[in-house]
Amino acid sequence: MRYLPLTESDRSAMLAVVGAASIDDLFSDVPVEARLTAPIAGLPNHASEMAVERHFSALARRNMAASHTPFFLGCGAYKHHIPASVDHLIQRGEFLTAYTPYQPEIAQGTLQMLFEFQTQVARLLGCDVANASMYDGSTACWEAISMAGRVTKRKRAVLSSGLHPHYVNVAKTMAKFTGDMLDTASPVLESQTDSARVIASIDAETSCVVIQYPDILGRIEDMSEIVAAAHKHGALVVAVVTEPVALGAIKSPGEMGADIVVGEGQSIGVGLQFGGPYVGLFACKEKFVRQMPGRLCGETVDAEGKRGFVLTLSTREQHIRREKATSNICTNSGLCALAFSIHMTLLGEKGLRALAKTNHAMAGVAADRLTKIPGVSLVNESFFNEFTLKLPTEARPIVRALADRKVLGGVSLGRLYPGVKALETGLVVAVTEVATEEDIEAFAVALQELLS
Amino acid sequence: MSRYFTQEHEWIDVDGATATVGITDYAQGQLGDIVFVEMPSAGTALTKGGDAAVVESVKAASDVYAPVSGIVTEGNAALEADPALVNTAPESDGWFFRLTLSDAAELDGMMDATAYQAFVDGL
Repeated sequence: MRYLPLTESDRSAMLAVVGAASIDDLFSDVPVEARLTAPIAGLPNHASEMAVERHFSALARRNMAASHTPFFLGCGAYKHHIPASVDHLIQRGEFLTAYTPYQPEIAQGTLQMLFEFQTQVARLLGCDVANASMYDGSTACWEAISMAGRVTKRKRAVLSSGLHPHYVNVAKTMAKFTGDMLDTASPVLESQTDSARVIASIDAETSCVVIQYPDILGRIEDMSEIVAAAHKHGALVVAVVTEPVALGAIKSPGEMGADIVVGEGQSIGVGLQFGGPYVGLFACKEKFVRQMPGRLCGETVDAEGKRGFVLTLSTREQHIRREKATSNICTNSGLCALAFSIHMTLLGEKGLRALAKTNHAMAGVAADRLTKIPGVSLVNESFFNEFTLKLPTEARPIVRALADRKVLGGVSLGRLYPGVKALETGLVVAVTEVATEEDIEAFAVALQELLS
Repeated sequence: MSRYFTQEHEWIDVDGATATVGITDYAQGQLGDIVFVEMPSAGTALTKGGDAAVVESVKAASDVYAPVSGIVTEGNAALEADPALVNTAPESDGWFFRLTLSDAAELDGMMDATAYQAFVDGL
């Protein structure tokens, strides 16, 4: 039996209440050219399940899948090998269907898993405390800016030009409604970051500076100087890590004095998944924990003195004091956090360091090979597994042409910063452990052909 | 020095232009074990009825409103290390903050100890 609870007269009655003439009126904010005017091509209103399956399989075959071709895309989402055991374990019923662990007496497994996740994130980012995860890196970044505002009671954040432009856009969207001021700039194709501009922009009104590490061009910078400058003015330092595997090789932001460290955890355990769901990482110094957003799990002892886990400091969350909550986040990315935690557990510290080493080594091989192509130069002085090339021509059409040659050869800066002329020759190339020397050679050969 | 009480279960000791504010024994009993108090920092200008502090117990988090207007001179630093002072000595060592009164007339009509006791008995 189909479940069609609404009759035509129910609909008319509801539309009359909200003052809309038709259901289409409810979508008037969607531009006319983006609306469907007829059934989707190839998909009639009625078709058999088999016919629909056949149609979609044919459509899917037109995709170029990440694992079927040399793949060098990064800029915030990284393709790493995820052991099959990760997917197997997260699909166990106890984990897959677990819900919000509000009742600790029946949710010890979920709570312990979140506690382990928090411990791993805190150690990785170099902070005292981490929460049970956010939605993704970009929203975690905004939450950090917002938190810095609560801690300092100031509303002006200085964003490094190396911060991912999508993260900047999320922050701008939110700031429109909160009244926060964001000091932003576009990056320049140079080995130096804009830390001088950031430091010069810090004043007594600055709530925080936001630094991505490694940054959008893959550059790695010692944050200590910025940290000292920010702290001198009573501002906090927010560090953003979009590729956490990097922290298996380079000093963590927390160790360099960052007050809040956020990140995208997709790289570990989660996979590309067509852009989501991902998992936001959020950690900070202990003294700021009461201003931290999101769910937090703590270790305690029960009435018999046995180790146990509970949600803690919940008064920050909106189910206790809705209007005073630190954030409107009232959940976490539980399953993705679990995948992160299982993958991290399988790796261990030794495994993570080895993985990071392989990533950097492969990236080094690729950078050496690609810069042998006449006219191609390397922007970075330092990088982890991602670097920026300067091409002798506009990069965006080259990426398209590489795709036609079955190579996914990086992200053009023209795509990330449309209309910024000075960046259009920039190509950001990510090389992880999944890339082989053959892949790198195929990429180099295709690029050389296109540029000659 | 005189002590006043509010219907929001705060007490105010007034000594000249200086007032010390805390929550009553009845209030701490209702809240249960206090685990955290967020106090206003020195220099904060408070308006009568506005948010002044937050008190968090194992059961709930509650706002403490400013019973009178004034400029905060200090928060009780002892509560940072030992928030349970609010449970053990709510009307003495467990005070929340001190302020300089900006309008003593705001004290008019507040309850004294006897009136507050009668108010609590009626709850």
